[in-house]
Amino acid sequence: MVWLLELEDLSVSIGGKLVLKNVNLHVGQGETHALFGPNGTGKTTLLNAIAGIPRYVVEGGRIIFKGQDITKMSMDERARLGIGMAFQRPPAIRGLKLRDLIKIINPKADAEALLKEMDFDTFGGRDVNRGFSGGEVKRSEMVQLLAQQPDFVMLDEPDSGVDLENIKLIGQAINELTQKNIRPSSRTKSGIIITHFGHILEYMKTDRAHVMLGGSIVCSGNPGEILDQIKKSGYEGCVACLCPR
Amino acid sequence: MPMSEIEDRARKAREKKALYGTDVDLESYESEAKPHEEVRSAEELPSEVKKAALDVGVSLDKESSGAYVQMDQSPVIARSMFEGVEIMDMASALKKYDWLQDYWWKLVAPDADKYTADVARAPPAGYFIRAKAGMKTVFPVKSCLYLGSTDVNQRVHNVIIAEEGSELHVITGCTTPAHVQRGLHIGVSEFFIKKNAKVSFTMVHSWGKEVEVRPRTGITIAEGGSLSNNYILLRPVKTIQTFPSCTLAGKGAVASFNTVIYSTMGNIDVGSNIFLNAPETSAESISRVVCVGGEVIARGRMTGTVPGARAHLECVGLLLSDKGRIYSIPELDGRSRDLDMSHEAAVGRISEEELEYLMSRGMNSEQATSVIVRGFLDVEIKGLPEELKQEIKNITQREDLKGS
Repeated sequence: MVWLLELEDLSVSIGGKLVLKNVNLHVGQGETHALFGPNGTGKTTLLNAIAGIPRYVVEGGRIIFKGQDITKMSMDERARLGIGMAFQRPPAIRGLKLRDLIKIINPKADAEALLKEMDFDTFGGRDVNRGFSGGEVKRSEMVQLLAQQPDFVMLDEPDSGVDLENIKLIGQAINELTQKNIRPSSRTKSGIIITHFGHILEYMKTDRAHVMLGGSIVCSGNPGEILDQIKKSGYEGCVACLCPR
Repeated sequence: MPMSEIEDRARKAREKKALYGTDVDLESYESEAKPHEEVRSAEELPSEVKKAALDVGVSLDKESSGAYVQMDQSPVIARSMFEGVEIMDMASALKKYDWLQDYWWKLVAPDADKYTADVARAPPAGYFIRAKAGMKTVFPVKSCLYLGSTDVNQRVHNVIIAEEGSELHVITGCTTPAHVQRGLHIGVSEFFIKKNAKVSFTMVHSWGKEVEVRPRTGITIAEGGSLSNNYILLRPVKTIQTFPSCTLAGKGAVASFNTVIYSTMGNIDVGSNIFLNAPETSAESISRVVCVGGEVIARGRMTGTVPGARAHLECVGLLLSDKGRIYSIPELDGRSRDLDMSHEAAVGRISEEELEYLMSRGMNSEQATSVIVRGFLDVEIKGLPEELKQEIKNITQREDLKGS
């Protein structure tokens, strides 16, 4: 297996408080992983640290992407290297039209086709995320990622606030971004998704899942099995059953 | 007002300092400028004038309802291209129409301050634009006030009359070429918007680093009339002080003021002073200021004197440098029951979250800042013809408007 992303003993603090403790995670080329865990356990922190948001301070360990140590690299350099992120609650940007942002992200992208793909064509002329509903924000994020075409896509609850019809649309977009529509051996793109309810997993393919508790990954395995156990006996119960310490 | 009274009042106000803004030494400027010859069409204008006009959104070669170009003190083009609009230089208009005396110095007092007094004492120069009753212009009237000689005091006195039921769009670009470093521009403007007339007035300023500017504007809007007034200043200037006064005099009159400022230096003191004096009137004033240097004072004053008047003020500023200052002064003066007046003012920096969001899409910090700044300056103005909207967009979305 060729690793696209490797986290080695990664510890991260925010505002002086240690949130991630010695996280180890390897995502292979062509793989998509799911990340489960209760609120406040560090899932979003993990994605934000990989994205390189400055206030997420790496206290120890390394982030390796495409074989390169990116621990000290700036956010935009990481993005240009191929890391993309769908934010859980992205900010609105006054005066910046979604259509224009798509063009800035990728001048070669066919903005209208991408908007149409997410059934979002009427939003091209609107200010990015301004006055968007929860579900509309998620579609706006997906349109931007489809333009960006990252090699590694991080999805922070892309299904929260989304109605059933659009969950399917978002699942399809994620499959496209993670190349689930082509043969496994040809896939080069990878992803990681945070989801609470797992509805979205019915519409997209994942290869592996992890459970986070208290800032660490405590259990990894088959996504279906882990989700079933969580539904049956909660996060702690799942870990006790599948990954007894 | 009889001419003798105008002269008398102006003489007495020669030394009268303005309420706001730094004091300009009028004596240090030349009151006489070398005269320029009238030209038959825009093609005959010197290329530097055409270029400067384009830079302030005045594309003289494109379709328009008429044009007015003044170089220093000389009107060089005053021409209507649509039968519904009359365009003349002020001196000719005053000669032609006796009734114009009833409008002359009616909304701006000749003795308001030393600047109006100075204009009142100079030979009349400026544009006279009149939209005839019921006539609707599709294309804008384009005007360019060009200060082309160093150390000159350019004095302008304009009158716009929109007769009953007319529709008029005007864009005025006021500008200096790069070689003129020092100068003074004093512009008196009086706008009469009559019953059910609809006017949009867009002014774009682009001055030199040693140019001082003192516009003095008075506007009155009659029953059912409306005004969309847009002011854009994105280039360096030494000082500007203007506080146009607008009276909503008739039932249902509407005024909307949009101001977009990008300040790098100097002292910029601008705003609007709106009086809601009739039932069912409404006014809105929105200003966006980006300051990377210099001092910007953004004033907004609304006075509501009758029940049912509605007014909203919005002053938002992005202060992006330790060397700059934004002083936002929103004022609401309610003088009746059942008013609905509100304001919103904010001065701040660019949000980290927005910057990070754009950087996560691959933009570097400088690009992301510039995208946010341009978005901030992109004020959506309703009711403008498409071409004007596009001109404003082109101007406010220039690549050189950055965060520092």
